Amino acid sequence: MSERISMSVERVDAREKIYGEALYIGDYRFEDMLFAKTVRSKVPRAKILNVKIPALPDGYFVVDRDDVPGKNRVKILVYDQPYFADGVVNYIGEPILLVVGPEREKVFEIARKVEVEYEEIPPILTIDDALSGKNQPIYGDDNCFVDYHYEKGNVKNAFANAETIVEGEYETGYQEHLYIEPQGVAAVFDGEKITIYGSMQCPYYIKRALAECLALDEKNVRVVQVTTGGAFGGKEEYPSLIAGQAAVAAMKTQKPVKLILDRTEDIMVSTKRHPSRTRYRAAIDADGKVIALDVDIIFDGGAYAGLSDVVLQRGMFSAAGVYNIPNISVHGRAVATNKVPTGAFRGFGAPQVFFAIERLFDKIASKLGENPVDLRLRHAISQGDFTATGGIMRQPVKIPEMVEKLEKMSDFRSKIGKSLPGDEPHIKRGYGLSLFFHGCGFTGNGENIIAAEAKLKKHSDGKVEILVANTEMGQGALTALRKIVAETLKIQFDDVIYELPDTDRVPDSGPTVASRTTMIVGGLLKKAAEEMRERWNEADEFEIMKKYHHPDYIRWNQETFEGDAYPTYSFGANVAEVDVDTITGEIAVRHIWAVFDVGITIDEVLMRGQAQGGVVQGTGYATIEVMEAQAGRLLQSTITDYTIPTTKDVPLVECAFIDNPYEYGPFGAKCAGELTLVGAAPAIAAAVENAIGREIVRIPIKPEEIIKKLD
Amino acid sequence: MHSEITFTLDGERVSVDCNPLRRLLDVLREDFNLVGVKEGCGEGECGACAVIVDGKLVNSCIVPVGAVNGAEILTIEGIKKTEIFGKIADAFAQMGAVQCGFCTPGMIVATYAILNQNPKPSRKEIVEGLSGNLCRCTGMNIIIEAVEMAAKNIAR
Repeated sequence: MSERISMSVERVDAREKIYGEALYIGDYRFEDMLFAKTVRSKVPRAKILNVKIPALPDGYFVVDRDDVPGKNRVKILVYDQPYFADGVVNYIGEPILLVVGPEREKVFEIARKVEVEYEEIPPILTIDDALSGKNQPIYGDDNCFVDYHYEKGNVKNAFANAETIVEGEYETGYQEHLYIEPQGVAAVFDGEKITIYGSMQCPYYIKRALAECLALDEKNVRVVQVTTGGAFGGKEEYPSLIAGQAAVAAMKTQKPVKLILDRTEDIMVSTKRHPSRTRYRAAIDADGKVIALDVDIIFDGGAYAGLSDVVLQRGMFSAAGVYNIPNISVHGRAVATNKVPTGAFRGFGAPQVFFAIERLFDKIASKLGENPVDLRLRHAISQGDFTATGGIMRQPVKIPEMVEKLEKMSDFRSKIGKSLPGDEPHIKRGYGLSLFFHGCGFTGNGENIIAAEAKLKKHSDGKVEILVANTEMGQGALTALRKIVAETLKIQFDDVIYELPDTDRVPDSGPTVASRTTMIVGGLLKKAAEEMRERWNEADEFEIMKKYHHPDYIRWNQETFEGDAYPTYSFGANVAEVDVDTITGEIAVRHIWAVFDVGITIDEVLMRGQAQGGVVQGTGYATIEVMEAQAGRLLQSTITDYTIPTTKDVPLVECAFIDNPYEYGPFGAKCAGELTLVGAAPAIAAAVENAIGREIVRIPIKPEEIIKKLD
Repeated sequence: MHSEITFTLDGERVSVDCNPLRRLLDVLREDFNLVGVKEGCGEGECGACAVIVDGKLVNSCIVPVGAVNGAEILTIEGIKKTEIFGKIADAFAQMGAVQCGFCTPGMIVATYAILNQNPKPSRKEIVEGLSGNLCRCTGMNIIIEAVEMAAKNIAR
């Protein structure tokens, strides 16, 4: 890493976090504060016939749909789930009402005594049920939140001319974010204005949702982020729901209301990664070239639409993987089921589809009798090629260099595709490779719709303040954006101020999602800082605002899904080394080597943190993170049941980065945060497949399924 | 059902008069405002609420306060005043072992417990010593490296 900007600084929030002095929402106290507990549906689908509330002591309240001053639907992409159930419930855990009061224990006791009488409706519980038309649809006529199709080239002709056809069906399970700090908000109402404090990614999402929920003018809704203990997408759309509930309670009681989920509640009711089923058909010509893909993707969206529409789009636009496929047809559906709504999670629909396409490429390699590395390199997209949606891959693609670097790090090419002996006779070892990308920023024309605004303010003492709505959730935004501004202005890092966002002070620079903060918002700040540098002596105090618009080269048709789905792409290549115990079926992921092209890293230490964390989160997704629903109820509702990698489970992870500066990114930076999660699962699945010589088509890979395969 | 419970908290003798079944975590956070002790799961799995009771690392969310009568408790606040804390803090900051920070005070407490018992731990001992603390951001390897670095710098 030769770039100056990449040299690491100590992150600005390190010390207060190490000292235990950073205050999270659970640590805040407000005078006269009331605690809240949610009463939730115990059944997957029903009409609510009656709600019996026990006698309430003085100072205790029940808050439900009748208390919502405005619209009782959370505004996300559409008016989505009700803040409080509106006569029906569609999933176990759906909020019905809040009990609020001064003593937490008492509030919990009252909540336990609330009795809800249901008239159950036959629920839709699986993807197959969702599409069967057997039961009354949950959403629309076809029970699909969205049903999309796009095609490039002529897939039908290509299949007619195919020498070989390879088919595969792949499934992925739920994944729970399991940020260590559970969801939580506090609402304070002063008679005119509501203020929300909370753990969140997107203050302006909450602000807009609450203006409609509370029937308040937007200027009377203030949202303040407090230190946020991890998010990974889990605090993108979900906090709007609980913020609305707490706000309605605060308006009703005229007292501050704090609503913090306990861990079991958080696991049961907050959003998850969409379970998926993806079917591929590949047409291969006589030269062994993959000439067409026919793809059918189904995501299980749960009971409400949430962000399923855009999560699915990102999945669909990843359907060709990193390969140059001249003909492709992609059908995608997000279906409604009577289960917890699924939503944003690091990778946002791409991990499911990359798992599938990478597994398919291994299958094609085996069918053609070719080394899976050679097959991949033969098909890898390069600069000037067309993407799946017919956009142009404009920037250089360094896949061959990345694979070469992986080879230097891990010596994997001679070991891939074989079952190798482990340290003991019943242990088999295998290696697997994955190649993947992440489209940078919002999908399609999203960035133009958002039209992010970022502001830089020069103070009279010479300090410069960053005013943006982007949040720090652990990824290092507070540090990275400061570095960009300091380096551009040639001022000291410590002379740049950047507080956690307060919507009364900062413009809407868009949500902190889609790995867009550094590239998009950082890019705006760089422009603002360049202008400020020119105008530095103009005045003691002044502000510069910059508004985002896509670079001119981008063309995109949101109706037909044609063109540049993303302004640019970051790339990754992973190799996994696994041991499989053929007696117990247990998988030990021993080592993962990872090479990433994120343009230029803005801070080596921060980037390494993203890479290490992402790879391990992806490792959990492929292996031990099992979450399943039975009769609409999640079987894993505690950390004891839903296990994430501990020090004893984590593989050694070795990361390297390839410089590939992006002209429109600050200092050449592209997207980084989500990319790092995407490749672990397909690499691990390939490694397990190689170790045991049996096909792996489903994650998480459970020991009992390994045993079954080996029997 | 109230009783007086006396213990040493970060070097100071304190007592509380309360239900002995209250969670130690709640007593520390609510009665002593020690909000560096975090609640991540409430079931003794994540280690965000870790404290040291009589030299042993425990999760304060599964300890009833009645059980610590007469005990010596060390929280992140007390550890901050120890000699080795500075080296631990520097190592965590330099290695990038802190991201969202919610697990961090618990990690520091666990690190202190490891290094206090054995100033030269092997990697295996560090892995064992941190295995009760979950971090979802860093992937854990960086935290293991930070503990190794702290141990090395303390030995210097």
